[in-house]
Amino acid sequence: MAYSTKVLDHYNNPRNVGSFDREDPVIGTGVVGAPECGDVMKLQIKVNKSTGLIEEARFKTFGCGSAIASSSLATEWLKGKSLNEALEIRNTSIVEELALPPVKVHCSVLAEDAIKAAVRDYQQKQGSDEPAAVAVIG
Amino acid sequence: MALRLPVYMDNNSTSPCDPRVVDAMLPYFTEKFGNAASRNHAFGWQAEEAVENAREQVAELIGASPKEIIFTSGATESNNLAIKGVASMYRKKGNHIITCVTEHKAVIDPCMRLERDGWKVTWLPVDPLGRIDLQQLRDAFTDQTILVSIMAANNEVGTVQPIAEIGAICKEKGVLFHTDAVQAAGKIPLDVQKMGIDLLSISAHKMYGPKGVGALYVRRKDPRVRLDAAMDGGGHERGMRSGTLAVTGIVGLGAAAEIARKEMPTESVRLKAMRERLRVGISSQLDYVEVNGHPTERLPGNLNLSFGFVEGEGLMMGIKDIAVSSGSACTSASLEPSYVLKALGADDERAHSSIRFGIGRFNTDEEIDFVIQDVVRAVNHLRDMSPLYEMHKAGIDLKTVQWAAH
Repeated sequence: MAYSTKVLDHYNNPRNVGSFDREDPVIGTGVVGAPECGDVMKLQIKVNKSTGLIEEARFKTFGCGSAIASSSLATEWLKGKSLNEALEIRNTSIVEELALPPVKVHCSVLAEDAIKAAVRDYQQKQGSDEPAAVAVIG
Repeated sequence: MALRLPVYMDNNSTSPCDPRVVDAMLPYFTEKFGNAASRNHAFGWQAEEAVENAREQVAELIGASPKEIIFTSGATESNNLAIKGVASMYRKKGNHIITCVTEHKAVIDPCMRLERDGWKVTWLPVDPLGRIDLQQLRDAFTDQTILVSIMAANNEVGTVQPIAEIGAICKEKGVLFHTDAVQAAGKIPLDVQKMGIDLLSISAHKMYGPKGVGALYVRRKDPRVRLDAAMDGGGHERGMRSGTLAVTGIVGLGAAAEIARKEMPTESVRLKAMRERLRVGISSQLDYVEVNGHPTERLPGNLNLSFGFVEGEGLMMGIKDIAVSSGSACTSASLEPSYVLKALGADDERAHSSIRFGIGRFNTDEEIDFVIQDVVRAVNHLRDMSPLYEMHKAGIDLKTVQWAAH
């Protein structure tokens, strides 16, 4: 299978690889996928409490090149977004940006799920003073 | 000498033609183009002579007599002809076939078709190293058993089955024994007499011959094996395989078989040394590397490794200058990881993390050293990105994690 230039670029030069302390209250962590399925993504957001915007994002991914590229791209897109804007990121946009073939669409779905899971985790940590996010994992 | 990239290390998939094979073939495209079945002129005789010479060369590789070699389009056809041909011919005698779960699809699918058509098939399991259990084989026979089909060596993990022992059991039971020897032929010694083999499938392109040609050995005495032909026509190949013989390809197969037979003693030692150089070179620099398949009873040039916490296709992308295969689901359209590795008891994660290195005649030590260096670099790059490696290092047992299954 031939990979698009953008997938290769994210694979070779992944953006924002790393981890935040998941116990930190300003950090939201989403871990989706399963090793036996061949994909696990961990996506983390760091939220500025006063502006409500995502200041930074980090990822670590076990998976194929398209999974790595999808999560790397997601961290780039998350930076500077509000939580509601983050929840609006759709997997189809990732597919389009990275020119993923049909067999790799599930990688983009996983990235969307990881974003939602990270936002939900952050919101749960903040308690009821934040609107509840609709998070779908599965 | 400068290293030429990419490095080809996928010789279990296919191998390049040996230049000596090509030289042998060339005249048969142009000046010696006759039809081997043309009995009434020199062009035909020349072609027939070439085919008969190739028949001897192939027969000699496996200890058979030339008359027992049937030329085919490749091993898929040989396997289909052997299994369906026996099943159909011996239908009145019985309807039971014994095979194994790690066979190539070209054996599994014909057996499954027979199952749908009313035959009974026993699918023997394998142990964690990839071998069948001989007692389980013995126990599987019924008074309806007409055929046992067990591969000589596995294409993914390289495990060699105890063929002589299986042959002896089949002889004792009076049941025909077919072996798919695509990976083994020309790589390890095979002898249809000593090993009690009644039918044996060969492909040219796995042993430095051309694609599109293969052979099926069909025993002529003790017992004389009969087959229902799959194709009706001119009655070529003792009526078992009609169709004008692909003389050029057959000449190539013959030449490849002769070279393999003569060079096997030195070549197998050389390939095994390269395989060990690769294994030791990688596992001395990386932790959590496991060998899939048998440590000793394996093809000289095959090394199948699982790299913990790294996904196989992701890894293949990182070693783009090396041509290898992966048992990862992502390399197949089905999204299912390798059924062979799963049959060996590997969990899905290990199957997803596997890479098959197929070392062949034209690989060099210099290439092995490049591969070691490149694989180590790529695995480290991916482990730096791997949430699983991070969790493992933090002391989390990944088996106890509740994954949000996708």
